[in-house]
Order: sequence, then C-alpha cells, then structure tokens
Amino acid sequence: MLVLIPLIPFLGFAVNAALGRRLSKFVSGGVACTAMLASFGIALATAWPFLFGSADLHAVEQNVYTWIKAGDFVAPFSLRVDPLAALMILVVTGIGFLIHVYSTSYMHDESDSEYARFFSYLNLFAAFMLVLVLGSNFLVMFVGWEGVGLCSYLLIGFWYRKTSAADAGKKAFIVNRVGDFGFILGMLLAFVQFGTLDFQRIASALAPMAPEAEFGTVSAIALLLLVGATGKSAQIPLYVWLPDAMEGPTPVSALIHAATMVTAGVYLIGRNAVLFSHAPDVLLIVAIVGTVTALMAGTIALVQNDIKRVLAYSTVSQLGYMFLAMGMGAFGAGIFHLYTHAFFKALLFLGSGAVIHALAGEQDMRRMGGLKRALPVTYWTFLTGALAIAGVPGLAGFFSKDEILFRTFEHGHVLLWGVGILTSLLTATYMFRVVFLTFHGASRVASHGHGDPHGGGHPLHLHDAPPAMASVLIVLAVGAAVAGYVGVPHALGGDNRIERFLAPSFESSAAAIDAAATSEISTPTGSESSHGVELPLMLVSTVIAFGGIGLATFLFLLSADAAPRLATRFAGVYRVLTNKYYVDEIYQTAIVEPVQMVSRQGLWQGMDVRVIDGSVNGIGALVRGGATALRQMQTGSVRSYAAALFLGVVVILGYYLFN
Amino acid sequence: MPVPLISILIVFPLLGAVLLLFINNRDNRNERVVRMFALGWSVAELALTLVLWAQFNGASADFQFVERHAWIPAYGIEYAVGVDGISLFLVVLTAFLTPLSLLSSWASLHGRVRAFSACMLVLESAIIGVFVSIDLFLFYVFWDAMLVPMYFLIGVWGYERRVYAAVKFMLYTMAGSVLMLIAIISLAYLHDVATGSYSFDLLRLYELPLSRRVQSWCFLAFALAFAIKVPLFPFHTWLPDAHVEAPTAGSVILAGVLLKMGTYGLVRFAFPLFPDAAVVFAPYLAGLAVIGILYGALVAMVQPDLKKLVAYSSVSHLGFVVLGIAAMNTQGVGGAVYQMLNHGVSTGALFLIVGMLSDRRHTRLIAEFGGLKRVMPRLTAAFLVVTLSSIGLPGLNGFVGEFLILLGAFRWRPSFAIWAALGVILSAVYMLWMFQRVNYGEVTNEKNESLRDLSAREWWALGPTLVMALLMGVAPTLFLRPMEPAVNRLVDRVSRSQRLTARDAGFGSRDSGFGLLTPASQISNRNSRTPNPESRTPNPESRIPSP
Repeated sequence: MLVLIPLIPFLGFAVNAALGRRLSKFVSGGVACTAMLASFGIALATAWPFLFGSADLHAVEQNVYTWIKAGDFVAPFSLRVDPLAALMILVVTGIGFLIHVYSTSYMHDESDSEYARFFSYLNLFAAFMLVLVLGSNFLVMFVGWEGVGLCSYLLIGFWYRKTSAADAGKKAFIVNRVGDFGFILGMLLAFVQFGTLDFQRIASALAPMAPEAEFGTVSAIALLLLVGATGKSAQIPLYVWLPDAMEGPTPVSALIHAATMVTAGVYLIGRNAVLFSHAPDVLLIVAIVGTVTALMAGTIALVQNDIKRVLAYSTVSQLGYMFLAMGMGAFGAGIFHLYTHAFFKALLFLGSGAVIHALAGEQDMRRMGGLKRALPVTYWTFLTGALAIAGVPGLAGFFSKDEILFRTFEHGHVLLWGVGILTSLLTATYMFRVVFLTFHGASRVASHGHGDPHGGGHPLHLHDAPPAMASVLIVLAVGAAVAGYVGVPHALGGDNRIERFLAPSFESSAAAIDAAATSEISTPTGSESSHGVELPLMLVSTVIAFGGIGLATFLFLLSADAAPRLATRFAGVYRVLTNKYYVDEIYQTAIVEPVQMVSRQGLWQGMDVRVIDGSVNGIGALVRGGATALRQMQTGSVRSYAAALFLGVVVILGYYLFN
Repeated sequence: MPVPLISILIVFPLLGAVLLLFINNRDNRNERVVRMFALGWSVAELALTLVLWAQFNGASADFQFVERHAWIPAYGIEYAVGVDGISLFLVVLTAFLTPLSLLSSWASLHGRVRAFSACMLVLESAIIGVFVSIDLFLFYVFWDAMLVPMYFLIGVWGYERRVYAAVKFMLYTMAGSVLMLIAIISLAYLHDVATGSYSFDLLRLYELPLSRRVQSWCFLAFALAFAIKVPLFPFHTWLPDAHVEAPTAGSVILAGVLLKMGTYGLVRFAFPLFPDAAVVFAPYLAGLAVIGILYGALVAMVQPDLKKLVAYSSVSHLGFVVLGIAAMNTQGVGGAVYQMLNHGVSTGALFLIVGMLSDRRHTRLIAEFGGLKRVMPRLTAAFLVVTLSSIGLPGLNGFVGEFLILLGAFRWRPSFAIWAALGVILSAVYMLWMFQRVNYGEVTNEKNESLRDLSAREWWALGPTLVMALLMGVAPTLFLRPMEPAVNRLVDRVSRSQRLTARDAGFGSRDSGFGLLTPASQISNRNSRTPNPESRTPNPESRIPSP
C-alpha cells in the first residue's frame, strides 16, 4: 500500500501530461487535487498506527521490485515508513493538497493546456517528494532527490518565455547538481564502507560503535551528504538558487518552501541521524553552517523590497534554524520546526500570492500599502503567519524555535544560541516590515498591473482572495496557530508529544549524541534541572519576538523617515545587504566566467583546434612532405638505382656479419 | 542442423541492399518504394535480433549460437561467430537504431535514395559482423568493411565540408587499424610459435600465454585503435567534424553504434587478451577517460553548433564507459556495457532531434533558435526527456549506467570516481543551457514562428527511443541480468591475472620495459609441442565454468 502514496500523484501527472491539452481546467485541476487528496488519505491511514497505535511499531516496509542489481550491489526499490517518514508524508500530502486547491484558483488565467501542464508538474513534484521521503535506501531516496530537483526546474521556469524565469530554473537545477555531487560520493563511500545503502542497516551497523573521535570515514560520509543537504535545503554555500526560485508562480514557491524540496536536506540529515551523530565534527559544521546561514539570510531579508524575496530569504534563515537543531543532535526539534514551518511558510507565501493576485502581478512592496481593508481575509491570515514565524508565544513557531534555541543553549553553545536569538529578532522585524509595508499605512498601489505575465495588464480592481484561495488560507492559519501544541515542552507542563513520537526514528542516535557530549552538559533532556534554564530562555525569546515587532512598528509604521535615515546613515551596509552580499556576483566572476573562458579559449580553441588538430594536420603535412621527398628519389636514373641497391646489400651483409 | 541465426543476421541486411538495386529508381520515380522497402527490411532485421534475444540463455557466460566454418585453413582463419551477454545487446541496439535513422532521413534526404539506403543496410551488416565475430581476422575484416559505407555516407550525403570530414574520419581510423592488424597477425604468429598452428580464434588466443612485453605492445596497438574509435581524449578531434558533416542518419549510427565498437573492442579484445598489460595500463586509460569526461563536457558547454555540442558530449559520456571498463569489476564493466546502450539510445535520440530542427531551419546554430517550446510543444517535450536521459536523471536510462560506473570506479580507485562525478554537474550545465537557449524565452527569430510540430513520421522515429529510455531506467535488470555472467567471466579472467601479477613481485619494476622478443619459456613450449596443460582443453566453448 505504501507505493500508492507516491503512485497516485504520479498517475495524476501522467493523466495531465498525456491528455492535458484536451481537458478542461475543471477536469485537470480536479484530477490533480483528487490525486493529492487520495494520497493524503492513504498517508493518513499509514501514519495512523504510528500516531495512535501501540508504541512498539517501528517501521512498515514494502519492497516493490529489484531496481538495479550488479554483482554484490543490489538496490531494491523499496519503501519504508517510520514515525519520521509518517510525519513527513502527512506534511507533504496535506500541505501539498492545500496548495493544489489554492492553485486551481490562482492559475485560472492560464490557457487550458498551460493549466494542465502546471498541475501535471505539481503532481509530479509531490510524487517525487514522497519517493524521497519513503525510500528505504539512499538510491531510492536519490530518485526522489533528483526528481524534485527536476520539478523545481520545470516549475520555477514555468513561465519559460521570461528569461529570468528560465534562468532561475536552470540555476536551481545546476546548484542542486553541485549538491548531488556530494550526495553521490557520500552514497558511494557509504556502500564501500557498509556494503549496503539501506538506511536501517547502516544505522544498525553503526549503533554499537562509538562516535568517531577524529575525522574518519563516517565523518567523510556525513560531510559529503551535508554538501548534498546544503544544496537542497539552501544553506551556505549553495543557497543562491532559492531566492531566485520565486520566479515561479507563487503556489510553486509555497510548495518548494514549505512542503517539498527545501525540507529534503533537513530530512536527509534526520534520516541519517545515527550516521551524523557518529560524526561529531560534522555535526558541529552542520550547526555552524545553519547558524551563519540563518543570520546572513535574516539580514538580507531585512532590506529586500520584493515581498516574495523577503519570504524566500526568510525560508533560508528558518532552514538555518533546522540545521542548527540537527547539528545540536536535537533531531526531533529540527523536524518539529520543519513541520511548524511548513504551515506558516505555506500560509505566508500563499498570502503573498493573494496580494499579488489582487494587484495583478505586483510584487514590489514599495507599490503596496494599506491593503488591510481591501483584503481582510488575506490580512488576518497573513498576520497569523507572521506572528507564528516571529515566535510569539502560543503560536506554532514559538514552540519549535524555542525548542531549538533551548537545546542549543543546553549543549553549551552559547555563541550559537546568541546568534540564534539575534536572528530571531531579525525574523520578527523583517516579517512585520512586510506586514506593515503591505497592509498598513497609505496605499502606494499603482493603477495598472505590472510586468508579471500573470497580470496581463488588465485594469486593477482590488479583490480579496477568491473562495478556493481564501479557504486554504484560513485552514493554514488555523494550522499555524495550533500546530505547535503537539510539542508543548515539559517546562510549560506539556509532554512534548512530537519528540516522543519521533523518538523511535532517532533512538540509537541519541545514545551516540550523549556519548559524544559527555564532556559537556550531561543532563538528560527534559529532566527537572534543565527546567530552571528553559523558562528564563523562553522569556528571553518572547521579549525578543515582541522587541522585533516593536522595532518594525517604529521603523516602518510610526516613523516615516526612520528607515530611510538608517539606510543613508549606514549606506555601505545597506548596499551590501540589498545586493545580498554580492554572493551571486562573486560566483559569477570567480567560477562561471573563468570556467567558460578556459573552456572556450583554452580547451576548445587552444587545445582542440590548435594543439591536437594542429599536430594531426602537421603530421599530414609531414607525410605529404615525405612523399614529395620520396618522389625526388625516383630520378629515373639507372645508375643511382644501382648505387642504392649496392648500398643496401652492403648494409644488410654488414648487419649479418656483425651479429 | 540448427538455424544459423547469426549468419542470417549478418547476411539479411546485405541481401536487402542487393535487392534494393533491383528496384528501378531512375529519376527518383520509386523513391517511396525504396524507402519503404529499406525501412521494412530493417524492421524485419530488428525482429530477427529480438528472436536472438528471446532465445538467448541469460544464465550462461558462454558464447551462444556459435557457428564455425573453416575459411583459410592454412592460416587458421575461420568464419566464427557467436554472441554472449555483452555483444547481444549491441547487436540489438544496432538493429534498433537502423530503422529509426532510415526513417529520420525521409524528409531531409533527396536524390540517390537507393544508394543511400543500400549503404545503410551494408553498414548494418558490417557493424553486426564486428559485434559477433569471435575470430580476430573476421573481426578485422568487418571492422574495416564498416569504413566503406560510412565513408560514403559522410562524403556523399553530408554537409558542406563533408569530404574533409570523411577523409579525416577514414585516416584517423585507419591509423589505429593498421597497428591493430599488426598486433592481430603477431598474435596468430605467436600462436603458431606456441602450438604449431596459426589461429585467429579468440577463445584459443585467450588461453595463449604471452610474455608481458608482448602483451604490452599488443595491448597498446589494440588500445590505440579502439581509443581512436571511442574516441578517447586526445584522439577525439575527428568526431566533431564527422558528426557535423554527416547526415542525420549517419550521425545517429555513428554516435549510437560505431563509437561502441571502440569500447566493445576494449572489453572483448584488449583487456582479456592481454590481462597483465591491461592491469598496468588501466590507470592511464582511466586517466584519459576522466580527462575526456571533463574536457568533453567543458568544450561541449561553449559550442555554438548543436551537433558539435552533442558530439563533444559523446566524448564525455564515452569517457564514463572507458572508466568503467578500466575499473574491471562487475559494477564498472556492467555499468560500462549498460552505458554503451544508454548512450546509443539517448545520443541517437539527440541527433534525431537535432536533425529534425535542422530539417526545418537548415541550420544547427543554437543562436538561430530560441522560444521553440511555444511553437513546437511536442518536440520540446520529447527533447526534454532526451536531455534528462542524457544528464542521467534517475528513472531514465543514463543514471543506471553512470551510477554503476562510478561505483565500480570508486571501489577501484576513488580519486577517479571523484573527478568523474564532477562530470555529473557539468553535463547538467551544458545540456540545460543548450536546452534553454533553444526552447525557452520568446521567439526572437521570426523564421521560427511558423515551424510545425512533430509529424507522425517523426513520432515514429523518436517515440521508440523515449520508450527505451524509460524502460532502461526503470527496469535495468532486464538487460543487466543476461549481461552479468559474461561480464563476470571477463572480470574473473583479468583479475585472475591480477592475482598472479601480485604474486610476481618483479612485475612492474623489473619487467616493465617493452621488447618484442618472446621469452625462452614459450620457445621451449614450441619445441616440445605440448600444449600448456593449465590453459588448454580441447573444446574452447566449455572450458571455463560459469562463475
């Protein structure tokens, strides 16, 4: 039955891809949504025993068929669900379904065939993500891994006639391929080391071992996998594709940022928790990468004017939190944040989509403002999402983010915790900057639609989200508000249900983490003594969240000239931030252009044309020259022939005499 | 008497070519009949190869359907043919691509259609002959016979600089072939020295003990001939020229099958005949292969011409194949053989598509296109699938081969695999960039505005490759399983000598200098006229047990 979960969306894809041209929008959208709903139903049925059944159910497996076999290398196409995967498939199919429903309305201006094409890609995206999540070994996961890369390529570049969209799609695929380089090598090394690519077998082979004290093979595997994870989950140094990915239609951004794709890297680490926890050095790298990315992306988000771009950097930043959690060995906390983030980030993107829809394609916040009254549903739901991501107590983001920060502090990494808190301040500030610039203040809306092919340039009339979109926003807003209650910490009298639920997936990793951390704080998690720290920490983050909102209120709502004044005061910093630290430019001049230069001038025109073909032609000329010389010898003079004959005989005789 | 299936496979296309000459095609009056006849004939040939596949015993490593007839007994030359798991699929691939390429030429090729079709059928015969020969002399005859129709295909039906390209192709190949011929003759001679009779029989020669020096020289001669054919860096510069000038059908066959004759030669002859030398030279070969992977990809990236781009991408892909062969383990060689088929399917399809574009616009410059997706959505969709197959997306064929090769190489020498894996990134770069420039964006050139989408005929040409790409990606065991016994036997043969080599401490230091002198042990062997008891048993077929 497991195979049906990805298979049904795949069939949806096949129907729309093959017949889409001939189907009405209602049918093609209906097929796609139904497929997702059915998949969600089966996912729910699959996850049910894990959620409410007996505690000793660890995994359900289905071996579909033997995919590749060569000698001792066997890669079955088999799927496995454990608590971690169960949570993931619910997120993917659940949030995915909502995004599909939203899209039926959002994409309605497209032609029938484009509409069908869009839904076929969406279905395919979900199908590959589900393969990624359910795969029981690296190779099956890699099918999904590359598959979501392909779908992001297709969907980001959906409006292929726009050069920027096509470029962004290509960039996403290629940057992800750089990550795949690490993934493939990690996979090869893992097979050489363990003789299998099955996650469970690798984990059980590692479980009895002690964590690597020095950087060894396991660490190398983990590091290579981390390269893959930074590609998919948009972390330094491979995050550059994600902000550009907003070139796709907004529901795609929601899908990429919330339910699929970017969560893959985090999931990869979670799936291999045992492996990573045996490589403490790499775990620290994971944490540092995450923290630095979180801070960097947070600062960039602060100054961007494109509403989707802010949200994109916000995703990069939030993924940084998840990496921080993974790096701390707090796999449960990381996955918890992944899960809550899926709700509020999908909500925020779809909310921004409703704004863009209302403004006929406008994405620049400098041409928004005062939309609160015209778009009440969008406003209130978006506000809920913003509060949730800002970490206001009681909403989803608070619980998960706080858990991460607490676990970081508990592990003694005060510096990382500090950066995390700072990022948290930034998060609240840039999110409320968006809220205020978009919905509050005076309207700066231009009278006509702009640029985006979505708009088509028809005269603007502000309208709130149509029913299909509005209902999805409301459902997600409820999710963003309450999703965190599955993980109320012990310090607040909860029992952190989600952590217990996920525990079987991270069982043997916990032991390794504890073993590696014995030198540090040895308090087991959730014990009485740590409650003493947890509550004050919670207070700090609450203050920070409100502080950030307050700061945004002052800068972007109350004082008209405070923000511009700051920008001119720190013009240098501002310029660096608006230009995103010039990372794209650095990559362009340091890697892309030199490689092209060397390939064109050095390899092709230099090596190929001049050296190799030159010498081939040279040999040709030499042969011709030699032939000419030989022709000279054919003088026709009998005497010179006789002389040559004689000389030859002498030489041959001499040779035999002296041998 | 059993049906001589393989001989039928060789003769059948030849017969078709002869029959074609009886169709009166003066003033092209029967062009359509000629085309239909050639197509039908090649489809029938495909059906015959499928019969071969169906009757093939996939559990056996032996040569099957073996036929032996004395040809020139004085020199031990036989007509000996047979297939094993390695050659079986290459035969099928040849028969698969021939009808497609014939079909692809229907719109673009006018005039002398009869001669063209006959050339294609003769070429098919020769190529199949190359893959099924188990007598070295016969192999050489087919190897060179193949050059003739190919020469005419490029030189007569090619584009502007066709004669230059045809001559370059011919000379490059001949340069390698001559050395190979010398090596083949020396082998037969050495067989005579060792046993008292000449033999060109592959199975006997496998068992011929050779000094390492002889092995080294012979290996180099063979390897050079094959490296030119593959083509391995730095012997590749004939390929872009040949492709650019060849007609679509020629390109499809050239890339799809002819290049595999090189890698097939390495697998069938160079490595198992001279295992000691192969072990020594494998790292160098792999080094060139890895350079080729990266070099081909980088140069492909900056090509302005679609055909050249695909040609250089072949250099890169074939580099993977050679790397897998050099690794000499089940995954490496299995992956390499698989990748030969993959490359035939996906690059064949790429050339078909480029041909379709060039039929419409009479140019192959990337800059001339752009925005085709809106004008030709179906062609673009097919193009996308082929592109993805070429860059090795899991689920399509390319991935399986590439991954197995990388795995094999990694187990052998990780550094090669690491460098080769960079090719995975680069292939995405050059293919997707090309794809974008051709298909995405607005239509900038108004000549592209009114191009028609795929016709039914083009669907028939392209469709089978798409189906194969998917099938080979999803169900590779269908092909890998019958291949494996033969692959394993090959690997065993080479690694057995590797073990012997490891025991012989002197090898590699003391004995690495070349010399054509036969060591004393073999001369004494000749004098006593006793066959080497270790390596000789009467019936060559049943000698080696399946692993």
